Amino acid sequence: MAGSNPNAKPMNLKLRVWRQPNRQTEGRIVEYDVKDISPDMSFLEMLDVLNEDLLHKSQDPVAFDHDCREGICGSCDLFINGRSHGPEKGTTTCQLHMRKFSDGDTITIEPWRANAFPVNKDLSVDRSAFDRIIQAGGYVSVNTGGAPDGNEIPIPKDIADRAFEAATCIGCGACVAACKNASAMLFVSAKVSQLALLPQGQVEAKTRVENMVAQMDIEGFGACSNIGSCAAECPVGISLENIAILNREFLVAKAASNNLA
Amino acid sequence: MVLNSKAPEGPLAEKWDKHKFNVKLVNPANKRKYDVIVVGTGLAGAAAAASLAELGYNVKAFTYHDSPRRAHSIAAQGGINAAKNYQNDGDSVFRLFYDTIKGGDYRAREANVYRLAQVSVNIIDQCVAQGVPFAREYGGLLANRSFGGAQVSRTFYARGQTGQQLLLGAYSALSRQIAYGKVKMYTRSEMLDVVVVDGKARGIITRNLITGEVQTHAAHAVVLATGGYGNVFYLSTNAKYCNVTAPWRAHKKGAYFANPCFTQIHPTCIPVSGDYQSKLTLMSESLRNDGRVWVPKTKETAERLRKGEIKVQDIKEEDRDYFLERKYPAFGNLVPRDVASRNAKQMCDEGRGVGSSGLAVYLDFADIIKRTSAEAVSQKYGNLFEMYEKITDENPYELPMRIYPAVHYTMGGLWVDYNLQTTIPGLYAAGECNFSDHGANRLGASALMQGLADGYFVIPYTIGDYLAQTAPTPVNTDHPAFAEAKAGVQARTEQLLSINGNRTPDEFHKALGHVMWEYCGMARNAEGLKHAKAEIQKLRREFWQDVKVVGTGEEMNQALEKAGRVADFLELGELMVDDALDRNESCGGHFREEYQTPEGEALRDDDHYAYVAAWEYMGDNQPERLNKEDLVFENVKLTQRSYK
Repeated sequence: MAGSNPNAKPMNLKLRVWRQPNRQTEGRIVEYDVKDISPDMSFLEMLDVLNEDLLHKSQDPVAFDHDCREGICGSCDLFINGRSHGPEKGTTTCQLHMRKFSDGDTITIEPWRANAFPVNKDLSVDRSAFDRIIQAGGYVSVNTGGAPDGNEIPIPKDIADRAFEAATCIGCGACVAACKNASAMLFVSAKVSQLALLPQGQVEAKTRVENMVAQMDIEGFGACSNIGSCAAECPVGISLENIAILNREFLVAKAASNNLA
Repeated sequence: MVLNSKAPEGPLAEKWDKHKFNVKLVNPANKRKYDVIVVGTGLAGAAAAASLAELGYNVKAFTYHDSPRRAHSIAAQGGINAAKNYQNDGDSVFRLFYDTIKGGDYRAREANVYRLAQVSVNIIDQCVAQGVPFAREYGGLLANRSFGGAQVSRTFYARGQTGQQLLLGAYSALSRQIAYGKVKMYTRSEMLDVVVVDGKARGIITRNLITGEVQTHAAHAVVLATGGYGNVFYLSTNAKYCNVTAPWRAHKKGAYFANPCFTQIHPTCIPVSGDYQSKLTLMSESLRNDGRVWVPKTKETAERLRKGEIKVQDIKEEDRDYFLERKYPAFGNLVPRDVASRNAKQMCDEGRGVGSSGLAVYLDFADIIKRTSAEAVSQKYGNLFEMYEKITDENPYELPMRIYPAVHYTMGGLWVDYNLQTTIPGLYAAGECNFSDHGANRLGASALMQGLADGYFVIPYTIGDYLAQTAPTPVNTDHPAFAEAKAGVQARTEQLLSINGNRTPDEFHKALGHVMWEYCGMARNAEGLKHAKAEIQKLRREFWQDVKVVGTGEEMNQALEKAGRVADFLELGELMVDDALDRNESCGGHFREEYQTPEGEALRDDDHYAYVAAWEYMGDNQPERLNKEDLVFENVKLTQRSYK
């Protein structure tokens, strides 16, 4: 209909979906058939079709997280055919369209797999570990009111642009799911480098990086072994350069605090 | 009840300063003795929760998301207005005030709007200090663009992701207060009722969306910052979870609901592609700065185009009708949203629409690409072009975008006075969930401004006035009103689960959305509205007999959540229709076909309708009572809006 390929035919697909009633109960893969899927549907609209069908059959619909469905809120988080957010590069699950699949395909859909992201139900996981990392220092300590005029802090355009690039992280967790160590380095580094690049972030730079890295370890994320699958699978293109910045910031902070363990 | 706006006396420019001096203050040592509940963690909620905690109040913040960072404020693309006049192009607080009042078609309260324009400059400073990476010029200073019907460049932006960056700024401030222990954050918690004790808001009832546990929470004051209700139309640019439940429950407990029919239809959205469609995606209005809107000049050409007999590239320049430039030479493609939307609909009604459905117009970038370069265009709009291509599989650098209007924002909401207090003492409403600042039509880049103004710079002052008059004694949930409200929430959950009918919550939602869009959308008339009212009543009856939800209330149950929200939409929809029927005039986003100028523009009736319609709940299935707040304009002259 809207797509450029009006002749694309509806597809029939086999879905292998992770079903798990809650955190305490073991999960398993369950197979479903979905029929007449339009290539112009988004992946989540395809799951809507499945869920409406399940509900009509008095079966429990598949729980999954989603909200804005335009790739910015970071809610959706499906591991599709072994890849974070599926096969299309630089795309969240909600922006993945069924035209990327073919009639007769079998599609395996799992939740993010990481100790730090326990399953709530089916495909929904608990990513509150990310919030706690931000709470450990991912901010500039400035109360409301009393901020100087916005133009009193000139920032070179290239620095502002780099900080912006780092700041576009949507906190979805694809990097963790893509990493064989379930490391959160890309997520942490994006916030650390955004604030390290900007003059506003300088005052607290050292404590920030130390505290955020410490919290990352407490949450049970794995170590970084520089493979780069995080950046390769990131839907918004957060660069590995941020991890280099994080490492440098961390070393500088540790050296300054004389705590280079 | 006579509605008292509590807008301070005196000259417009002095009202807010005077009011800030006159409000009562809470002794710094006493602030920690007050608990405040904030529901919603978007721009207004996160900003309010963080700022109140910084002041020393104990804050409990609630969101139904898994993290406060997911609120739909994050999806705002274009920018945020502020009267900084950095561009030296004649902007001022008064001009921003004037533009907002005029843009809202003179249906907003002067004092509130002026305050909004005043604090707009503080918002930018605050966000820059937080590390929000706004776009900058090569000299390192903040960049601006003109946006959404403004003739000055006052819009600050962060590429096409301004809402995201502002929300992450507010989220970082909130996170800091969570770390300090001043905010207790409840995620995946949906507010399902307000608890009123002795006529004052005293707490809320929530349901934990993972465990299903129904909880009671007490506080000295409650702030609702729960966003808009555009999803009553099913298809909108809102996120899927956006709903009216929190303000609607407050409404049923005594908070008046103001101007519910004022809905903004955004002109530049990706058109509907099929019945399965779950939401509509906005293409930022900023695209209208450089894109040119057109349709074929004749119906015949449009028909051949739709049938695929010719391609868009085959249509010669002289066969294209750049209808906004033609009809509105002064503003061209930058006319306000309501005007742009209605004109697109008119073109499609004339049979000149494009795309396979005929419900689309072109937004063409060929000129700007020729004048500058594809790279320059990508610098400005790269992520929007990518998003468009992902959804439609078409490359907007080569082919014009197809766009169509879609529901985007609701100007109506809980009635609030100058302090942002609802008609329930102690219950406040901030951001899109109140009605206060945009009148009958919101200007582009003003939603972010209002959310943050309310959260950072208004509520923290005005709530103090109420708390200072409330005893700092500890509050708890012992009062029977809590048990009663909790039992009500549980009974409703059980009722939804027990019906076990044949139609899913989504099917009811789609049916309601169809009625709303058809009869209470871009154009309305009395006959259609009366028909819609009957249809909605019928749907509501069927819902409570035939909705299907499986599972239990003691688990994560998304169909159950959805059913509860649809049930509330089914009540709100009827009120919107009543409100649209009451307002026998056209203004802003409310276009009654019976009331238009000979040129087809909205025809206001200031003598009879210069009021805020504040509806009072009178009981289940009872007609609501209309209360009026007369709007008094002392500083602007009411004129026919003209963008010619």
